[in-house]
Amino acid sequence: MSFTPDIRLFSCHYTSQQSCAHEGKELQELGFPENIQLTRIPCTGKLEVSTMLKAFEDGADAVYVVGCPVDGCHNVQGSQRAAKRVAAVREMLQELEVEPDRVRMYHLNRGLHPEFIDAGIEMNQRIEKIGPSPF
Amino acid sequence: MIVAERKPLAEILNMVRDCKKILVLACRGCVSVCSAGGEREAEILASLIRLGMKKNGKSCEVIEGSLVRQCDREYIEGIDQWQGQYDAIVSTACGVGVNFIANLRPADNVFPALNTTFFGGSAEQGIWSEQCAGCGDCVLHLTGGLCPVARCAKSLMNGPCGGSVDGRCEIDPNVDCVWQMIYDRMGRLDRQEEMAKSAPIRDWSTAGHGGPRKQIRKDLTVS
Repeated sequence: MSFTPDIRLFSCHYTSQQSCAHEGKELQELGFPENIQLTRIPCTGKLEVSTMLKAFEDGADAVYVVGCPVDGCHNVQGSQRAAKRVAAVREMLQELEVEPDRVRMYHLNRGLHPEFIDAGIEMNQRIEKIGPSPF
Repeated sequence: MIVAERKPLAEILNMVRDCKKILVLACRGCVSVCSAGGEREAEILASLIRLGMKKNGKSCEVIEGSLVRQCDREYIEGIDQWQGQYDAIVSTACGVGVNFIANLRPADNVFPALNTTFFGGSAEQGIWSEQCAGCGDCVLHLTGGLCPVARCAKSLMNGPCGGSVDGRCEIDPNVDCVWQMIYDRMGRLDRQEEMAKSAPIRDWSTAGHGGPRKQIRKDLTVS
């Protein structure tokens, strides 16, 4: 079944800094999926488990987080904390017998790199295969 | 503090499977300190219950609330503020809190969200370990402050069994032999000779073997 996933991306201020330039038009030109809703946060270490769960409650088919490289976080350990919270949500989804791959963590360098676009495309393709959220 | 952990979600969802309105009730006491049942955890659990019920095709309204503690009568009365908004309470307190709600709210359904595990402390961030068994007859003055009741797998009272190896317990090489620790500590305190004295046969009635325990402080009672 073909469908357009509702994907929520939480990205840290630094990783997504240039991605939002020109109101995100550059992102679109580079092929970033338009069905991914980007929310910028000061640091992914601030992202709460409850915020990710709320996204699913609000109808998201998937949630992913883009933070700084593991050893290069602007706030030292912020992206490491985010990765642990993403792992916790993956376990919670498993408890609910839902595919854990609906939640992912990416550690990417600051700025608009091809990897930022690739992560979005990869996430979109993955969820297209998995299918709509069971919630 | 009392340490606890969330029950498996499937178990909680099964408890509330027929509920239409649920109050997830956090406790801001011990279980908030051990990150099992405070406001943050209750918010997460409420979300998980909503998602789980929706996945199971059930419609259910889930609200959240919190009390300072759930182990005191005056705080339990605070549940009145949600009267009419729930047909079941899922308490994220320890077992004491769940019992108190059951004791004081005879018409309310209350379900435990947590498994109450032990009396312990935070060894480091995110890690808690058992330190006390609440046995009602403390022997810490005899053991250098380290508890053989809680921390020896066999609760031995007169030194280690024959199973410890290199200071580790035979049940698990990652567990310290508390009697080795006691011996070493008493040596550092120049008190090792005290250990030659045999502990008497213990009366375990204070440890709950004599039924539920109760404590009365006449200077504090009002009736």
